[in-house]
Amino acid sequence: MNWNITAGRPVYVQLIEQLELALVAGEFPPGSRIPPVRELAADAGVNPNTMQRALQELEGRGLLQAQRTAGRTVTADDAALRALRRRRAKALAEEFLHQMQALGMEGSEIEALLRESAPPTQEKE
Amino acid sequence: MDAVYEVHGLTKRYGRSAALNGVDFAVMPGRLVGLLGPNGSGKTTLLKISAGLLQPTAGSVLINQTPVGVYTKAITSYLPDRMALPTEFTAGDAVSLYNDFFADFDKAKALAMLSDLGINSRDKIDAMSKGTQEKMQLCLTMSRAAKLYLLDEPLGGVDPAARDYILSTILHNYSEDAALVLSTHLIGDIEKVLDEVILLQEGKVLRQAAVDELREETGESVDAYFREVYKC
Repeated sequence: MNWNITAGRPVYVQLIEQLELALVAGEFPPGSRIPPVRELAADAGVNPNTMQRALQELEGRGLLQAQRTAGRTVTADDAALRALRRRRAKALAEEFLHQMQALGMEGSEIEALLRESAPPTQEKE
Repeated sequence: MDAVYEVHGLTKRYGRSAALNGVDFAVMPGRLVGLLGPNGSGKTTLLKISAGLLQPTAGSVLINQTPVGVYTKAITSYLPDRMALPTEFTAGDAVSLYNDFFADFDKAKALAMLSDLGINSRDKIDAMSKGTQEKMQLCLTMSRAAKLYLLDEPLGGVDPAARDYILSTILHNYSEDAALVLSTHLIGDIEKVLDEVILLQEGKVLRQAAVDELREETGESVDAYFREVYKC
């Protein structure tokens, strides 16, 4: 997995964001076991306690489940993952609109721009 | 859970000047702590007293609830800020010496780490570059199964690629009931592996805080915060 921890924001917040993306993208498939804390921490180059905190937070949100026999698995609940995908997409869309408004773009202009920039998938078919 | 490393009212005077002036803090097991401060803020003096190499003028240091002495030296792995081995030794000699001296030393681990870093056990210390000497000493220090690791500037002379290897070695090797305290100026490189930082200024603790807490509060990296606090 590709980790990118930047300066200026709490590390565990960034870990949560990037783990959520990995879950939505199916990098760790629903119901599968995720690597141990230490391994994930070493991979991301962060402190194991910080990784632990991020994983616990995801557990609290119902996206990961702690197994009694040590280790954690990804939730098998499709609805939870779909809700996460929607929440992340909505946040991105809001951010996009916010920045477009800062550039002085109007609703219809933004719509036209989106159509223009979208890859022409339908025409190929 | 009790602190594995406690410092109470620690003061050290060199003649008229005080290197440490009433330092108090505690470190819990499982913590990776950065000891930060500008030159002359007392970092090396603090670590030397904790390793039993210097006597404090006042105050005390407890490691595993025991005052610094023979017992604490057996459970503390200290990396000095300069070469502390006879330079006519080879890397292999140094490994044997550590193996004889420390019951918690893992010889196989040390040899594996040395070979990962391209250091041959027949290489003589005085023929090694400064950075290579530092890497070798760090391998020896981290190959002990200690309760407390005290590293004085472990990354100073080491190139960025080896720095990454060393940081991952630290992350892989430190155990849940051990604590690690390292002094450094290279904050940017290591702040994401640290749990907390202790900021020293003129022989006093300016602040002890969790890294994420500091980032949340200031909205900047610890590195940027350091530059702001210690601006000349």
